[in-house]
Amino acid sequence: MSTYRQLPALIAGRAIKRQSIPNLSVEEFQQAVLESVEAGCRVVALFGSPDAGGTLHLYVVLADDSESRLYVGSATLNDREYPSLTPRCTQVHLFERELAEQCQVKVTGHPWLKPVRFQPPMFLRRQSGADADAGVSPLPGVMDFYAVSGQEVHEVAVGPVHAGVIEPGHFRFQCHGERVFHLEISLGYQHRGVERALLKGPDKRSIHYAQTLCGDTTIGHTTAYCQVIEGLARCQKTARAQTIRAIALELERLANHVGDLGALSGDVGFLSTASHCGRLRGEFLNMTATLCGSRFGRGLICPGGVHFDLDAAAVESLLARLDICGRQTRQAIKLLWNSSSVMARFEEIGVVSTAVAVELGLVGPAARACGLARDARHDHPSGLFRFMHIPVSVWDSGDVFARAYIRWLEIQRSLDFIQTQLRSLPAGAINSAVGNLAPDHLAVAMVEGWRGEVCHVALTDTSGRFERYKVTDPSFHNWAGLAMAVRQAEISDFPLCNKSFSLSYCGHDL
Amino acid sequence: MLDILIVRLQQGHKTIAYPNGEPPPLPPHFRGLPVLDPSKCPQGCQACADSCPTQAIALRQTPLVDVGKCLFCTQCQQACPQGAITYQADYKMAVRRREDMLVPLGEKLALAHELDGKIRKLLGRSLKLRVVSAGGCNACEADVNVLTTIGWDLGRFGIDYVASPRHADGLIITGAVSENMKLALKKTYDAVPDPKIVIAVGACAISGGPYIDHPEVLNGASAVVPVDLFIPGCPPHPLTILDGLLRLLGKLKPAGAAAE
Ligand code: SF4
Ligand code: SF4
Repeated sequence: MSTYRQLPALIAGRAIKRQSIPNLSVEEFQQAVLESVEAGCRVVALFGSPDAGGTLHLYVVLADDSESRLYVGSATLNDREYPSLTPRCTQVHLFERELAEQCQVKVTGHPWLKPVRFQPPMFLRRQSGADADAGVSPLPGVMDFYAVSGQEVHEVAVGPVHAGVIEPGHFRFQCHGERVFHLEISLGYQHRGVERALLKGPDKRSIHYAQTLCGDTTIGHTTAYCQVIEGLARCQKTARAQTIRAIALELERLANHVGDLGALSGDVGFLSTASHCGRLRGEFLNMTATLCGSRFGRGLICPGGVHFDLDAAAVESLLARLDICGRQTRQAIKLLWNSSSVMARFEEIGVVSTAVAVELGLVGPAARACGLARDARHDHPSGLFRFMHIPVSVWDSGDVFARAYIRWLEIQRSLDFIQTQLRSLPAGAINSAVGNLAPDHLAVAMVEGWRGEVCHVALTDTSGRFERYKVTDPSFHNWAGLAMAVRQAEISDFPLCNKSFSLSYCGHDL
Repeated sequence: MLDILIVRLQQGHKTIAYPNGEPPPLPPHFRGLPVLDPSKCPQGCQACADSCPTQAIALRQTPLVDVGKCLFCTQCQQACPQGAITYQADYKMAVRRREDMLVPLGEKLALAHELDGKIRKLLGRSLKLRVVSAGGCNACEADVNVLTTIGWDLGRFGIDYVASPRHADGLIITGAVSENMKLALKKTYDAVPDPKIVIAVGACAISGGPYIDHPEVLNGASAVVPVDLFIPGCPPHPLTILDGLLRLLGKLKPAGAAAE
């Protein structure tokens, strides 16, 4: 029955020949997506890529989490017209908007076809004569916002520059009194053209794009980038390199989760945990700096392995600091669960149901807080996670509390994991040679960053260069989850809900 | 309640002594200003300049490195066959003028001097800043923000980040300034009452950083507003940022020794 099961399958971190990807008709392509999603798969990437002649091809990567398999499908779009799948498959909604924006595709029947990043098209439709339709970039934030009218209905517009030290984005609330009917989120202010600039790579800047796709997920994105390269070059990493990468990934998770719990405490006026966690986050960043000199892990991960080794003194120092900071983190966070004033503000606020989470294709802690056991470290393991398992943390209430509590569970597991790995660091080299990238291949990497699944897909051309490089940051899936979480909530709960998702603007805007 | 007090005691006092005491130690692989030893360079070699992702190295008569473009990334160091490139283990890198960032390799930076008398008198004891993030990766904001945590306690210097530009004496700008943020940044700047200052934090805000010359960005804050202080790094270490702010307010003695 399922057509998608006839598609070529691969596992995360591997590459397949482009030849082996059948060229489906658009109907078959869409049928495969629908059937796979019905069978419980997820769409982890869907994008367009023109060939040398300018003909646009669609690609989709479908993740079968239970079998740790990724299916790849492709179709040719001859006239750049495409009937939207969104009405039948919600989780592709933003991918299709992106397709329309990046590739000048006329997506018909999409209920919500608006700009994603307010960027000029990446792949212009070739037209006879001059580029009549050449890359006019729309003005950011200028679009048709969904509006509600009626007595006592009012609109609240926030951003792009907003009160905290945070990234720019525009939020449009439709409210009735204090109650939010609807929130529309319009981003793109951080768009700096990274996917476009990655075309024809890799070159000396490519790894820097990977490191700065989303600064707080430097390790997650750089690991994904390197896995794509290594998959294309069939490079085997050493056990020591894999272990250092995994330690760095979990340190990144620790720093961000601890920081988020501090920020959530701050948002409900519980300053004690807010201050402790604010500082402890910095201590975990400093541990990453011990690995490589940079608090965000810049320069640590490189194709073939890692660039800095860990000597005995560094291991010693890390273990000692983990011991102290781990204890202090546990003390500080436990205060939250024992404070009724905090719990009253966390529980039953910003609820996302499991059904909505499935429909939107949420990932990461936001999905796990809705009872979905989704974690790329477990479902699509790569690197050290093929051999060492971290239990998947799940909670089912879907509220701010659940999103906070998931972080607490993961903090404890990451602490244990890092300590175990530091104590049993395998000996050996930290780097392996990386050969040329295979021409005409497609590679996919899946890394569970602290915010969720980081997916990178590369298509190489006949000379082994990137014909297309597609990045899906977890925030790309999850922003819609935030919009759903605040429906029917009090508008004053928005900052708390927002913090509980803690999404990235730059990772979305690219 | 008792729990809260007990945890408070267990956590202890955590604010760093700097600038009255020693700054916290830098990590072992900390990368400050790249330094080149020209005596090691073979004739005609330009491996470092060729490897640099942002063309921060110019091999002229005296080789120059543009600290405003540098990402402190080790690519030049790895490319050099002679091991001629090292990084200074010094966090102090903030300067007042863009041209001061072109450093002949191996020489010192002309570190920032304090604001002129009148404006320093106005802002020296209380500086309210509005942070605008405009087309970067968010790491610079993160380490600008960390200065407000108890470990650094920026408030003790009279410096605060405020929610509205109308309450601010100046801006901290991070990011390469995307086309999409140009208008918002200009409006935010205009909303700050005169006299005002602007601080550009990070390679992006100084030169465009990793996104230099992308049509989607404006290669930094100077394209839109005048900048009074440049703090290099990708991202700069919090100490580099704090040092820059204190220098600008004249709260560090020029020697860098214990001040005030
Ligand atoms: S450290 Fe990197 S960015 Fe800086 S000069 Fe060297 S290669 Fe260029
Ligand atoms: S300078 Fe570097 S760290 Fe700062 S925003 Fe730009 S890319 Fe990120």
